[in-house]
Amino acid sequence: MSGNGRHPHEAAHPTNLPAPGEIRIGVYVCHCGSNIAGVVDVPEVARWAGEALKDLGVVVSREYKFMCSSPGQELITEDILNLGLNRIVVAACSPHLHENTFRGATARAGLNPYLCELVSIREQDSWVHTDHDAATAKAKAILAGGVERVRYSAPLDPITVDINPATLVVGGGIAGIQAALELADAGFHVYLVEKDASIGGHMAQFDKTFPTLDCAACILTPRMVSAGTHPNVTLLTWSEVTRVDGYVGNFTATIRKKARYVDADLCTGCGVCQEKCPKNVIDEEYEAGIGYRKAIYTPFDQAVPRTPVIDRPNCVYFQKGTCKACEKFCEANAIRFDQQDEEITVDVGNIILATGYEIFDARQVAQYGYGRLPNVFTSLEFERLSNSAGPTNGRIVLRDGVTEPKTVGVIHCVGSRDRNFNNYCSAICCMQSLKFAHLVKEHTGATVYNFYIDMRTAAKGYDEFYQRVMEEGTLFVRGKPAEVTEAGRLPGEEGKLVIQVEDTLAGRQRRIPVDMVVLSVGLQPRTDAKELATRFGISCSSDGWAIERHPKLDPVATMTEGVFIAGCVSGPKDIPTSVAQGSAAAARVLGRIQQHHMNLEPIKASVHSEQCSGCRICNTACPYNAISFIEADGVSSINAAMCQGCGTCVATCPAGAISGTGFSDEQVMAQIQGVLEFGPDGTPRDRSPFPTAGPEPAKEAVGI
Amino acid sequence: MSRYLYYPGCSMASSGRSYRESIAGVCEPLGLTLTEIDDWNCCGATEFVGVSISPAYALIARNLAIAASERQNGEPLVAACSACYLNLAKADAYMMERPLLNERVNEALGAGGLHYDPGTVEVRHLLEVIMHDVGLDRVKAAVKKPLTGLRVAPYLGCMLPRPDPHNRWKNHERPDDLDRLLAALGADVVDFPLKTECCGGHMTQIAPSVGLELIRRLVDEAEDHLADMMVTVCPMCQINIDAYQGEMNAMFHTKHKMPIVFFTQLMGVAFGLDPKELGIGRELTDARPALTRIGRQPLATANPEPVRRPRPDKRSLPMPSMPANDAGPASKAPSAEVQQ
Repeated sequence: MSGNGRHPHEAAHPTNLPAPGEIRIGVYVCHCGSNIAGVVDVPEVARWAGEALKDLGVVVSREYKFMCSSPGQELITEDILNLGLNRIVVAACSPHLHENTFRGATARAGLNPYLCELVSIREQDSWVHTDHDAATAKAKAILAGGVERVRYSAPLDPITVDINPATLVVGGGIAGIQAALELADAGFHVYLVEKDASIGGHMAQFDKTFPTLDCAACILTPRMVSAGTHPNVTLLTWSEVTRVDGYVGNFTATIRKKARYVDADLCTGCGVCQEKCPKNVIDEEYEAGIGYRKAIYTPFDQAVPRTPVIDRPNCVYFQKGTCKACEKFCEANAIRFDQQDEEITVDVGNIILATGYEIFDARQVAQYGYGRLPNVFTSLEFERLSNSAGPTNGRIVLRDGVTEPKTVGVIHCVGSRDRNFNNYCSAICCMQSLKFAHLVKEHTGATVYNFYIDMRTAAKGYDEFYQRVMEEGTLFVRGKPAEVTEAGRLPGEEGKLVIQVEDTLAGRQRRIPVDMVVLSVGLQPRTDAKELATRFGISCSSDGWAIERHPKLDPVATMTEGVFIAGCVSGPKDIPTSVAQGSAAAARVLGRIQQHHMNLEPIKASVHSEQCSGCRICNTACPYNAISFIEADGVSSINAAMCQGCGTCVATCPAGAISGTGFSDEQVMAQIQGVLEFGPDGTPRDRSPFPTAGPEPAKEAVGI
Repeated sequence: MSRYLYYPGCSMASSGRSYRESIAGVCEPLGLTLTEIDDWNCCGATEFVGVSISPAYALIARNLAIAASERQNGEPLVAACSACYLNLAKADAYMMERPLLNERVNEALGAGGLHYDPGTVEVRHLLEVIMHDVGLDRVKAAVKKPLTGLRVAPYLGCMLPRPDPHNRWKNHERPDDLDRLLAALGADVVDFPLKTECCGGHMTQIAPSVGLELIRRLVDEAEDHLADMMVTVCPMCQINIDAYQGEMNAMFHTKHKMPIVFFTQLMGVAFGLDPKELGIGRELTDARPALTRIGRQPLATANPEPVRRPRPDKRSLPMPSMPANDAGPASKAPSAEVQQ
C-alpha cells in the first residue's frame, strides 16, 4: 500500500503537514485497569498501531495499565526526549477527564501541548459495548482517526487575559450574601444586586431553621447588616442585571435600578411614611399573601437597606393623582415621585449567580384544595404564621385569624416526586415538615399528623431531629394523601378538613379529620430561570436549574469561564449547603483574582473577513454572545476571549468563512478518513470512501 | 354542522329517555349532528368485563367495528352514557396495548364478518365534545334564558374523566368541565366536593345498605351546599339518586327531595326549549319546582366561599388569590379589589 493511495486528499491540502519524515508520533493505549482492557484487547490495539500506522509516522506504540499515573505520564515525556517525538496520541478516557493531564506531560518534555491528542476508547467504546472483537476493531478505528488528525495539529499558544478584581454577585439571599462577604472580607470589591427592596431572600421569611431551631432572623440579620455596611460591598437592591457583555476577567454588566420614588441618600429609614400611608396591600412576597403592607414599604423591620420603595400600581397618588401622605410627613423630604429607573454599568472580572428558587404553586394540585379551602396553607404561609414578626405575631391560627387548630396535617412532597409536576425530590421538605410539626406542638399542643412518602433526613443532626419530633408525639402516616375534602361523612368529620389517605404501613384507607392542613410545597426554578441563563451565557436543565461544570467535582462553576453559581439556582438545597456553596464560589473567584490574569484555551473560532458575506447568522447562533457585527466593515468578528471554541459558528456559516483552531477542516477530514480507512480486521479498505478527495464533498458525504 | 357518529347505549331507551330527548334537542343550537350507528349492541355495562374479559371486549368492539365501517371523514364516535364511553374507550385502548386480547376479540368479530383495528375510531364523551369542539362561546351564544339563581351541584360520577388514554381532560383530580359549562348557562354553580364520587352503581340492587349510604352522602352534601338540584352526565347516576332517594330516606330517616337532571336537559332549558320535550317532569323527584327558581337573586351569602378580599374581619387572614376564570363557577369569582 502506498501512502498516497490511502491519503488522496493530501495532495489537495498539504498546507499544515510537515514534510514526510518530520512527523514522529507516539501512541499510548491505556488499560484503565479493566475499564478498557476488560472489553478491548489493549495489547493487540497497541501492537497493531505500531505496525499498521507506521506509514503515518507512528514511531512507538505502547500500552500501560494506567496512563494517567505518574509512571504512565513519564512514558510520554521520556519518549519525547529520547525518541524525538513531535506528536502524541493517547487512547484512553474522554478528553473531559484527562486531556489536561496528557497535555501537561507533553509540555513537560518541551513539546507544545496542543500537539497531544486524546481519543476516547472508554466512554465511546469499552463502556458502551460488550462484543470484544467489535470493540477492539472500533478502538483501532478511533485511534487511527486520532493519528491522522494529530498530523495536522499545529502548536498553539494560550490567550492571556487580565482579571478585574471586582465581582458581581446576583441575588441577595443567604448564598449571595455569603459569597459577597467572603470576597469583601478578602479585600475585593463586590456589587451585590438584589431584585427585591431588601436583601435576605427566603431565609428572612422563616421563623426557625432546622435542625437546631435557631431563629432565622437572629443568624441572618447580622450578615445582612455586614453586607449593607461593608466598605467593599456596593449594595444594589430593587435592581436587576439586564445585560452582560465581555468575557472572563472583563465583564461589563448593565444594571437597571428600578425607581424607588425615595431618595436613598436623604431617607433616614424612620418609617413614618409607612405609618401614614393610607393604602393597605396584601403582601404577596414577604408575607406570602397572608399579611399586609402599605403601598410604601420596607419588606420587614430588619430590612437592609432601610430605604422603602413605593409600589406604584397600588399607590393612591400614582393611581388617582392625590394623596402624597408620605411626602407630607417625611421630615427628610426624601420622597421623589418623579424618580425614574436608572441604568448603570459596572466592570467586573467574575460573576456569581445566586438567584435562588420559587416555591411550587400549590393551586396546581387541585385535590388538596389550596386557594379553595380556607384552612389549607402552604409551607411559606405557615412560616409567616409561626414567625413572631408575622401577621399573627407568631400565633398559629386558622384562616379566621383567631381559632387555634386542635389537629394539624402536614403533607410532604406537594409538587415534588410527582410525575405530574416535578420528578425530583426538593430536599428540604421533610425537614421543613418536621420543623412545622415541632412548632405546632410547641405553640398550640395540637395533634399533628405528617403524611410522607419516604423520610429523607440525611445530613448532620437531621435524623436526630426526626427522632425528637417522633418522641414529641407527632403521628407519622406513610402515604400520599388522595385528597383533602370539606365533605365530612362520618361522625367527627363535621366542620373539619378530611385527609383521605392510604396508610401504606397499616395497609388500609384512612380518613383523618383535621382543622388545618399545611402543604409542604417543593422548590422549583425561578420563572425567569431560562432567560437568566441566556443573559449570563450559562446552560440550564429542561427544568430550569442551572447546570454545574461538573455535578460532583465542580459544583459551583459553570461551563462559561468566569460565571459561577451558588445556592438553589442549581437545584434545591438547605441553608448549610447554600452557605457552603456561597463560600465555595467566592473561593473560586478569589483564586482567579489572585492570579491577576489567566490563560484561556486557544481553541477558538475566527472569521476570514474576505469570505464573510455579513449575513449575521453566526451572531445569533453563538451561545456565548461572542460574535458581533462590525458595521463599518460589514463583516462579523469573534471576540477570542469570549469564544469557548464550541464550533457552532463554524458549522453554521453558509459561506464557510469561519474556521476553528484545533478543529481545522484538514484535522476534521483527516480524523474521519482515519476512522474509516481500516476494515473490521484492521487491514486497509480497498478504496477510500471519499474518492473525490477534497474536504468539501467529503464533509457533505458524512453530513457535517 | 360537525358530524359525529353516535352510540346511544341501552339506557337511552329506558331510564335515560330524558337524556336522549334532551340531547336531540340541544344538538341543533350547538351545531352538532349525531348519526346513530347501525345495529349497535349493549356495551356490557359495568358487569360483563368483571365476568369474562375476551367476550366482554368482543361485545364492545363489535360497536367499534361498526363505527369504523360507517366513518366517512374520520368522525369520532360519541357516547353520552359514562359507562358506554368508558367501555368503548377502554376496549380500544386495551386492544392496542394487548396483542393477545386484540387477536381474540378479532377472532370473535370475524365470526360475524367484522374486524376492528384498535386506534381507528376516536371515542369521545359528549360533555368533552361540547367543551372542546363546540366551545363555551357557542354555548353562551345559544343561551336564551339564563339559569340565573338556579343553584346546581355538578355531579360527574366516578367514570369520568379517568382513564383518559388520549389526555383530553384538563384536570383529572378535580375536573371542572361540567362546572364551567353550567356556569356558562348562567347557573349558580356549587363547588361540589363529591363531584367524582361513586353513586353506588348496581350496589343498590346487590347490597342496598352500601348503595344507599353512597347516595346519602351525595344528597346530603348537595343539600348542605343548598343546591336546588344535582346535574349529571350519567344515566346510572341519575337513576340511582332519583329512584332510590325514597328508600334512602326511609333507611336514614331523612326527608331529602333532591332532584337530579341531565346536563343536556338544563342546556335545553337555557336554550329556551320546551321543558316537556326535554323530558323534564319524568324524574321521580320532580325537578320542576326547583326550575321555577330561575331568575331569582343568587344565594350570594349561602355558602361562604373563599373569596380573596380585604379582611372582612380585622383579625382574619387573606385567602390565596386564584387565577381569574370568567367561565368558572359563579361563586368562586375572585375579587380584584386589592390585586394589582
